[in-house]
Amino acid sequence: MKEVKCDCGHVNPIGTILCESCGKVLEEKEKDNKLLDMRYEGSARRSQTYNKTIIDKIWNFFSSVKVGVWLIVITLIASAVGTILPQEMYIPPIMPAAEYYEDQYGWIGKLYYDLGFHNLYSSWWYLILIASIGISLVICSLDRVVPLYRALNKQKVSRHESYLQRQRVFGASQPEDTDKAFTMAKEKLKSKKYSIREENGNILAEKGRFSRWGPYVNHVGLIIFLIGGMLRFVPGMYVDKILWIREGETKVIPETNGEYYLKNDSFILEMYDKEKDNEVFGEAIDKAGMVAKNYQSNVTLYKKQGDTVAGEEADLKKVKDYEVKVNKPLKFENFALYQVDYKLNELNKMSFALTNKKTGEEYGDLTVDLNRPQDEYDLGNGYKAEVVSYFPDFEFDENGEPVTKSRIPNNPAFVFKMFTPDKPDGEISFVAIRQTIEPFGDNEYKLAFKGIDTKNVSALTVRKDLTLWIIALGGVIFMIGVAQGSYWNHRRIWLRRVNGEVWVAGHTNKNWHGLKSEIEAALDGTGILMPEDQLQNQSEKKS
Amino acid sequence: MVTISSNLLYTAFILYLIATVFFAGSIKDKNRTKQGPNRWASIGLWISIIGFAAHLGYFITRWIAAGHAPVSNLFEFTTFFGMSLVGAFIVIYLIYKTPILGVFTLPVALLMIAYASMFPREVSPLIPALQSDWLHIHVTTAAVGQAILAVSFAAGLIYLVKSVDQTKQSKQRFWLEAVMFGLVCTLGFIIISSSFSASGYKAEFNWIDKNGQEDVLEYHMPALTGPHEGKLITKGKFEPLAEMPAIINAKKLNTVLWSLASGVLLYLALRLVLRKRVGAALQPLVKNINLDLVDEIAYRSVLIGFPVFTLGALIFAMIWAQIAWTRFWGWDPKEVWALITFLFYAAYLHLRLSKGWHGEKSAWLAVIGFIIIMFNLVAVNLVIAGLHSYAGS
Repeated sequence: MKEVKCDCGHVNPIGTILCESCGKVLEEKEKDNKLLDMRYEGSARRSQTYNKTIIDKIWNFFSSVKVGVWLIVITLIASAVGTILPQEMYIPPIMPAAEYYEDQYGWIGKLYYDLGFHNLYSSWWYLILIASIGISLVICSLDRVVPLYRALNKQKVSRHESYLQRQRVFGASQPEDTDKAFTMAKEKLKSKKYSIREENGNILAEKGRFSRWGPYVNHVGLIIFLIGGMLRFVPGMYVDKILWIREGETKVIPETNGEYYLKNDSFILEMYDKEKDNEVFGEAIDKAGMVAKNYQSNVTLYKKQGDTVAGEEADLKKVKDYEVKVNKPLKFENFALYQVDYKLNELNKMSFALTNKKTGEEYGDLTVDLNRPQDEYDLGNGYKAEVVSYFPDFEFDENGEPVTKSRIPNNPAFVFKMFTPDKPDGEISFVAIRQTIEPFGDNEYKLAFKGIDTKNVSALTVRKDLTLWIIALGGVIFMIGVAQGSYWNHRRIWLRRVNGEVWVAGHTNKNWHGLKSEIEAALDGTGILMPEDQLQNQSEKKS
Repeated sequence: MVTISSNLLYTAFILYLIATVFFAGSIKDKNRTKQGPNRWASIGLWISIIGFAAHLGYFITRWIAAGHAPVSNLFEFTTFFGMSLVGAFIVIYLIYKTPILGVFTLPVALLMIAYASMFPREVSPLIPALQSDWLHIHVTTAAVGQAILAVSFAAGLIYLVKSVDQTKQSKQRFWLEAVMFGLVCTLGFIIISSSFSASGYKAEFNWIDKNGQEDVLEYHMPALTGPHEGKLITKGKFEPLAEMPAIINAKKLNTVLWSLASGVLLYLALRLVLRKRVGAALQPLVKNINLDLVDEIAYRSVLIGFPVFTLGALIFAMIWAQIAWTRFWGWDPKEVWALITFLFYAAYLHLRLSKGWHGEKSAWLAVIGFIIIMFNLVAVNLVIAGLHSYAGS
C-alpha cells in the first residue's frame, strides 16, 4: 500500500491522519477523540510512518521534538555549569591553570579543572551537543515542513462534517436567512483581511498562513548561523592577534602578508575630571576615585609599495591617520584594529655620563635606546663605552648570575666596558637602576645615571573575521522567522451549510482569544450564533 | 535635573502602589454585573498609565542630565526593567482586559524598583567600553524583552494560585509557597537594608583577603559573618558572630543572611495575620479567573517577548560585542546566561507543541523562566561577575 484514498476521492500519502483535502479522519485510533489533534494538519510525516531501517531510526530520533527539547535542556545545563567558575580564558596568567584553580577555589577548583570544565565551551562533548541541535533542526524541519505544505495547499473549502465538529471552536445554528447571513459574514471577514474561498456555497476564510512557515525560516537562519560558526576553523577565515606597539614605533601588522604597517604616534589615557566634566558625575567620581574616560591610540596606517627583499627597508605609503578608541576600531580591507590594552611609561631610553669618580669631571653623555642598544658609544677624544652585556629585565638567578626575565625593558641592566685615554684596557662596570657593581675592584671612572625617557605602549587586537556576514545573514533570517511565527497567527474560519443549518468552525495555531473575538465580530448581526470553545467547556466541566 | 528625575521616580512608585489597590479593588467589587473591567479597573489602568508617564519622565530627565541613557549600572537597569514591566503590562492588559494581571504584575514591578534603589544611585560617567550608541539600543531592548517575558511569570503565578489545591499537601503547594517566600524575602531585603541605611550604620573591619593582603571592608549592616581575620575598627559596633574563610565574601553573605532572616520574620508575621498560606490567601482574588485565558496570556507574553529578547540580548549584544570587545561572542557569564534564557524559552515554545504541556506545567515553566532572568540580573552581576561586572557598582 503506497497511498490512502479518502471517500472524497483525494489520494493521500501513506501515514496521513486527516485527509489533506476534506479533513476526514483516516487514522483509526484518532476516530474516538472528541477533538482533533490538529498539529501539522494531521499530515503524513516520514518519522511517524517508517521505522524499519537504521536510517529511519536515526531520522525518527532527530525528528522528535522531545529529543530536540532534551538537547536544548542539556546544553542549557552544561552552559550554566561553565559559569560556576571563570573559564580559562578569563583567569589571570599568573600561574598555570592547573594550579590556579586549586589555589583559588580549593578542591572544587581542582575537580572543575580535572573534569575539563575550565574549557567547557570548546570541549568535544559541548561541540557534539551543539552539532546535535543542528542536526535536529534540519531533520525536524524537513520532517514537518513538506507534508504541512502539502496539507495546507490541498485543503478544500468544504471540509468533512466530522472535521468541523471536532474543531476546538465549533457551533451550529439556524439563521433566518442563510444567504444573507453568509454575504454579511463574508464582507466582515474581508474587512478583517481574511482571504475568502467559496465552493458550493461554503466559505473558508483564511489569513496569516505564512506565519506557519516562521519556525522553518528561523531554523534555516540558525543553521546558517551555526555553519558560519564552523567556518571560523577554516584557515584564512579568522585572525586573532595582538599587536603591542610603542609610541613612535612602526610595525608590520601581523597576518597582512607584510602588506600593511602601523605607526603608533601616541597613546592617550584620559580620566574623568570633576572640574571639567559634567558636574552630576562628581559624587560618583569621588566614590570611585578614578574613572577612565578614554583609551586612545593615534596611529598612522601605511601600505607597502612594490616588492622588497628580506632585510630591505620597505617603501611605505601612508593610507590614513586614525584615532583608535574603544568602540571605534580602525578598519581596512577585511581587518579591524581594536584598542584593547596599554602600558604607560615603559622605559625607553637611559642616559649616562662618563664621569671621573674622584674629580667629578664628565667626559660626554651617552643615551641608550633600551629596545635597540648599540654595541658601543664613542664619546670622542679616546673616550668610549662598550656594551658587553645587556639585561632588559634583569634579576639574579639562583646561582647569583645576572639574567633577564623578558625582552621588555622593565628593569634594564648593563655590563659596560669604559675606555679612557688613561685606561686603554678598559674598566668593567655593572650598571643597573640605582645600583653599580665593580666586579674587578675600584674603577677610576663610572657611568653616572643622568635620566630616563619613557614611552607608552598600546596593545591593539588585529582581527579579521570573514565569517561575520554569514553569521549576520543567519541572524537576520532567524529574526525574520521568529517574528513571522510569533507576531502573526494562522487563522481559518469555516462556514458550511449542513441540512439547513450553518456550521461554523475555527482553527488557529495560537492566540485563540484573538480568533474568537474575530469570529464574534464577523458573525455579529448575521443571526449565526457564536460557536463554542469546546476545549474550555471540557475543562470547565471538569472543575 | 537629577532631583526632578528622582522625584518623578518616587511619584511613579507611589502611583503604581495606588493602581495595585484599585486593581485589587476591582476584583473585590461585589457590584460587578457584566463581564470585563469595571470602574475600579479603569481607574487602576489610568493611574498605571500616569505612573508610567512619570517613570518615563524620570528616564528622560536622567538621560538629559547624564548625557547618556540611564541604563549603565544596576540601579538604572533594574529601574528601567521595572518601567518596561509596567509598560508590557499595560499593553497586554489592553489586549486581554484582565485586572488580576495588574494585581500580580504591579507588585513585582514595585519590588523591582525598590530593589533597584538599594544600589548606588549617583549618576556615573561612562567608562570607555560603554561609550557607544549600542548602550541604549542593546540594553533597553534586552530589558524590554525580559520585562515582557516577566509578564508571563505573573500570568503563570495567577494560574498556579488558582489551580494548585491548597487543601492537601503536595509538591505543587510547597513550591508555590516557596515562590511566595522568595518574593517576601526580596521585600525583607529591601526593608532591612533601607532601615540600616536610614540609621546610617557603618562598621569598618581590617581583614586579610585570599591573597594574604590586608584590606579595609565597610559594612552597612551589623556583621553576623565577619571577614577573614577581621578586626572591628569602628568603636561600639556589633562584633561578628562567626568569621568566614577568605574565599567567601563575608559581606555579601551577611546581607543574604539578614535578608533571609527578615524574610522569615516577615513571612511568619504574614502567616500569623492571614492564618493560612500566602498562596491560599491570594486564592479568593483569582476565583473568577478563566484558566485557559490566563494560560494564553502567559503563552502570548512569551511569544511577544521572545523575539524582542533575542534581538536585544543576543543579536544587538553580539553586534556591540564585535565593536567593543573585538568578538561577537566570548562566553562571558552574562552572555552565557542570556543564551541560557534564550534556550529555556526556546524549550518552552517547543514544549507548547506537545500535548500535556499547556496549563499548569506551562505556568511552572513561566515561573522558572523568570527565576533564570532574575538570576542573570542579580547573581551574575553580584556573584559571578565577568566583563559585565561594572553593572554591579
